[in-house]
Amino acid sequence: MNTSSKNTDSVVATADSPVLRIENLYVQLPLGSERRYAVEGVSYDLAPKEILCVVGESGSGKSLTARAVMGLLPAPHVQYEKGQIVFQGEDLTKVSEARMRQVRGGEISMIFQEPMTALNPVMRIGEQIDEVIRFHASQPRKLRRQLALQLLEDVQLPDPSRIMSAYPHELSGGQRQRAMIAMALALEPKVLIADEPTTALDVTTQAQILRLIKELQAKHDTGVLFITHDFGVVADIADRVAVMQHGKIVEIGSVDKVLNHPEHPYTQALTDAVPSLIPRMAKEVVSAPILEVRNLVKTYRSGGGWFGLGKPVKEVNACDSVNVVLNDAETLGIVGESGSGKSTLARCIVRLLSTDAGEIIYRGQDLCALDRSSMRPYRSKIQMVFQDPYASLNPRATVGRIITEGPVILGESKSEAQSRAREMLELVGLDARAFERYPHEFSGGQRQRIGLARALALQPEVLVADEPVSALDVSIQAQVLDLLADIRDRLQLSMVFITHDLRVAAQVCDRIAVMRLGQVVEQGPTAQLFDNAQHPYTQELLDAVPGREWSRLRALS
Amino acid sequence: MSQAGKRSRYVLKRLLHAIPVVLAIIVVNFFLLQLAEGDAVDVLAGEAGSATPEYMAQLREKFGLDQPLPVQLGVYMKNMLSFDLGYSFRHDMPVSQLVLDRLVPTLLLMVSTITLAVGFGIILGLVAASNLNTWKDNVISIFALISYATPLFWVGLMMIVVFSLKLRWFPTSGMENVAMFYEGWDRVKDIAHHLVMPTLTLSLFYLALYTRFMRASMLEQASMDYVTTARAKGLTERRIVFVHILRNALLPVVTMAGVQVGSLIGGSVIVESVFAWPGLGMLAFEALFSRDLNLLLGIFLLSALLVVAINLVVDLLYSFLDPRIEVG
Repeated sequence: MNTSSKNTDSVVATADSPVLRIENLYVQLPLGSERRYAVEGVSYDLAPKEILCVVGESGSGKSLTARAVMGLLPAPHVQYEKGQIVFQGEDLTKVSEARMRQVRGGEISMIFQEPMTALNPVMRIGEQIDEVIRFHASQPRKLRRQLALQLLEDVQLPDPSRIMSAYPHELSGGQRQRAMIAMALALEPKVLIADEPTTALDVTTQAQILRLIKELQAKHDTGVLFITHDFGVVADIADRVAVMQHGKIVEIGSVDKVLNHPEHPYTQALTDAVPSLIPRMAKEVVSAPILEVRNLVKTYRSGGGWFGLGKPVKEVNACDSVNVVLNDAETLGIVGESGSGKSTLARCIVRLLSTDAGEIIYRGQDLCALDRSSMRPYRSKIQMVFQDPYASLNPRATVGRIITEGPVILGESKSEAQSRAREMLELVGLDARAFERYPHEFSGGQRQRIGLARALALQPEVLVADEPVSALDVSIQAQVLDLLADIRDRLQLSMVFITHDLRVAAQVCDRIAVMRLGQVVEQGPTAQLFDNAQHPYTQELLDAVPGREWSRLRALS
Repeated sequence: MSQAGKRSRYVLKRLLHAIPVVLAIIVVNFFLLQLAEGDAVDVLAGEAGSATPEYMAQLREKFGLDQPLPVQLGVYMKNMLSFDLGYSFRHDMPVSQLVLDRLVPTLLLMVSTITLAVGFGIILGLVAASNLNTWKDNVISIFALISYATPLFWVGLMMIVVFSLKLRWFPTSGMENVAMFYEGWDRVKDIAHHLVMPTLTLSLFYLALYTRFMRASMLEQASMDYVTTARAKGLTERRIVFVHILRNALLPVVTMAGVQVGSLIGGSVIVESVFAWPGLGMLAFEALFSRDLNLLLGIFLLSALLVVAINLVVDLLYSFLDPRIEVG
C-alpha cells in the first residue's frame, strides 16, 4: 500500500487558467505582535484538478492564508489588509457577506486538523451533513438524505445509515475525518482547503485518508489547497509545493523541484531536518540489562457500581503481558499507534501507575514489589521527559524551582541543588540566567529542554522519554533530538524512547519494540526491523510512513 | 439494551442508591440537633413562666426525652419505617401533616423561581453574548452585577414599599386572600397575584448568576472549532448561534441550576419570612426557635428527599441534552 505514486514527474494541468489566484495578500496581526503581518505579500495560483501543498512551520502564516480565502480570519484581532483573492474571476475580498456564505461550503470548502473538535458534539452526523446541502440548494428532504448516504459511501464509511444517526463521539478519529470530508465534498466544490487534515491521526489512518483525498480529488476534478508541516505527506500527495516562512513564500514550484532540488536555504534546512528512514549506525549492544520488564499487565477498568447495577464493566488491557529489556547505555524505542499502550508502559516503568501483575526489575530489584518509602531511593534513578512541553511545567513556578524541587525533596542541600540546576541548564543549551524565569517566557523547544534538565538534575541512570519531540516543529525537533543523543552519549544514559514516528525512531533507537493493543508484537535491532520486518503489523506501519519513496530516493542520491 | 430500558434501569439504581443516603441524613441530622442547647420542654416551661423541675421532668418523660440518645434514635428510626414522622408538641399536630401542608407553597415558589431565573438568565446571557461589548451587553452586565450584589431581604422590603404600599399593585404578604373564599380560577389568579413579588425577589440573585454564566458559556463555545466548521459550511450567523452554540452552551448552565435547586430551599427562608409565605422555610424557622426537634427533623428529611429527587431529574435531563453522557 504505497501511497506515493509517481508524483515526482506529474505536474497536472498547470496550463489551465487557475481556479483560485491569490495576489499580493497582506493579513495584519494585532498591534504589539512580534511582526506586523501574519501574511505578507503572498501570491500563488491553484489550478483546477491540482493539489498544491503549502508547507511551513507553526506561525508561518500558512493557515491564515487559507482562512483569508474562506473569509474566516479570527476577527477582530487578525484582519485582511490588502491584496486580491480571485476565485473564478471574482475577487472574494470585495464580495458581500451573503455571497461569501454561498461560496463557503458550496464552492470552496474546508476540512480541519482536529476531527475530535471540528464536529458539533451534540448533533448527529447526518444532520451536520444535511445542513450544508440545505443551506446551499433547495431539495426535498428525501433527496438530501439519499445524497448524504451516497457521500458517506463515497468516503468509504461502513454502514452509512448507521453513521447518519451517530453522534461524533461514537466514531473513531479516522471515521470523523471521513465524515468531515463527506461534508466538505457534498456540493462538489471547485476548491477544497485541507488544513493539516491528517496531523492528528495515526500513521496508518493518515495513509488511508491521504489516499481518499487524492481519489476523490481526481474523481471530482477538485483543486486542493493542502496545508501541512510534514514533508513526507507533501511528497506523497502534492503536484506543486509552496514553502512559507514568517508570512512570506520563500519558494514555490513542482514537487520534484522543491523537494529534491530546493534553492532557498530555508527549504534546504527544512528538508534536511526531516529524519531519514535509514536507521543510524547501531551501537555495539552489550547484553547487560539495566531494566527488565517481565510479563507486565496493566488493565483499566470502568463501570461496575453498587449491587452490580452500574454500567457493564469495561476492561482495557493497556499492557497485556509485556516483556522488554533495556541494556546499559542503550536506547530502546517503543513504537505504536494511539491506544497501543506505549504511554502506559512508560508510566508503569517510572512507577507513576501501579501495575496489576508482572515485574519491573532494575539492577536486580523488582520495583513493583516496593512500597512508597522503599521506592524512594529508586525514584531518582528512573526519570521521565513528557510529551507536552506546555502542560508539563508548572506555570507558577520558576524554572529554578522546577529543576531543584526533585533533588531537594530527595534530601540534597538547596545550594548544591541550585548550582547543579545551573549546570544542567547549560548542559541542555540554555542560558543559566533562565533559572529565575518562568516557563511561559520560553518557546516549545526551550521548554522541552527545561523538562530534560529537570529530569537530568536527579542524575538518573534510565531516562524514559514519552514522545518528547512530537509537539515540536521539524527544525526544533531535529535540534532536540541531537541534544538528546549528545547527552545520552556523554552521560552514558540508558533510554526508553516512546514514539509514534518511525522516522524519529530510526534515528534515535538502537532497538525497537513494536506495540499494538497492549502487546509487543515484534522487537529487534532497529536496522533489522526496518529491513526485514517479520510481523504484518510492523510491515503495515512501515508502509504507512508518509514520503517513504521520497526518502528512499533521497538516500540513494 | 434499548435506550428506554437503560434509563429505567438507571432510575432504579439511583433510587436504590438513595436509601443509604437518606438513612445517613436522618442519623446525622438527629445527632446534629442534639448539639443544640435546650429542648422543647425548656421552651414550653419558659413560656409558661413558672414550671417546677418536677413538672419539667414529667413533661420530658411524657415526650420520651429522658431516654438515652441511642434509644431515642432507635425509636425515631422505627417510627420512620412506618412513615410516622412523630408529633409536633408545639403545633399539636402530626409532623407529617404539618410538613405536607407546607410543601405545596414551597414547591410552588421554587418551581416559579427556578423557571424564571433559568429561563430569563439564558435569554439575557444569550443576548449579551451575541451583542458583545455593545450597549445591550453593558446594560445586561450591569443589571446582573447589581442584582448579584443586592441582599435578598432588602430587595423584598423595597418591593413591598414600592409595589404594595405606594402603588398598591401587589399584596404585601401571604399566599392567598383567605377572607374572600375564592374558588376555581379566581383562586388560581389570587395565588398567582400573591406569588409575583416573592418569586421576583428570590429569583433575582439566581437570574443574575445564570445570566453571567450563560454569557461566559456562550463566549467559550463560540471560540470552539466546530463553530469554525459551521461557518466554513456557509451557515448564517443566526443558525450558528441558535442551533450550534446554544445547545452546547446550555449544558454547564443546566448542571449549575441542578446543583443550586437544593440551596433554593435555604434561600427561601428569608423570602418566606419577608412575605409571610406559608412554606417550609418559615416552618423550619419557627421550629428552630421553639426547639421543636421532631418537626425540624421532618422538614430536613423532606428537603433531603426533594434534593435527591431533583438531582435524579437533572441527571436524566442532562442525558437527553448531551448524547455523550450515557446513563447506566
